[in-house]
Amino acid sequence: MNKSELIEALAQEINIPHREASAITTTIIETMTEALARGESIEIRGFGSFIIKKYNSYEGRNPKTGKKILVKPKKLPFFKVGKDLREKVNANKK
Amino acid sequence: MNDGYTNTKHNNLTRREIAESLSNRLGYSQSSCALIVDSFLDNMKQTLLGGETIKLVHFGTFTVRDKAPRKGRNPRTGETITIKKRQTVSFRPSKKLRELINK
Repeated sequence: MNKSELIEALAQEINIPHREASAITTTIIETMTEALARGESIEIRGFGSFIIKKYNSYEGRNPKTGKKILVKPKKLPFFKVGKDLREKVNANKK
Repeated sequence: MNDGYTNTKHNNLTRREIAESLSNRLGYSQSSCALIVDSFLDNMKQTLLGGETIKLVHFGTFTVRDKAPRKGRNPRTGETITIKKRQTVSFRPSKKLRELINK
């Protein structure tokens, strides 16, 4: 499923024009992106949470050439699936 | 500091803040925004429960992945147990999101 299919599903479910569902979807994703960009975490009960992990710089290797390189400090977002979704995902496949 | 990273946990965005932002930016009432956000998240959940991947451009991709069974230990009793094969949802951030976070 991609963004436009998600928009379509939302439009049908709550019975609003496609254009509005599109603005809503974009705004939700934007709000989440902005929070992460500020280094904040996101916590959505039942769905999951996002946290930003900060990595210090470290000495790594180029996997292809084996050459040592200094990896600069970086931040990466991590998603942890929520309890409800995790349990349902597992119950599903039995 | 362990593993070379630190977790940041000061501000936290929840359903409520997402609904507020929606209300402020698009002008719908707070109460309808709460319902809209729920419905949006529900759609995502149902999609993932159906085993389908969700790809959101500029944000990232959510996939349902199989985790192989492995041997674990009960940390309290030290007993060895087999952790069964199970599913989990994983998220891969898009290049754009990673760039924005590191700006």
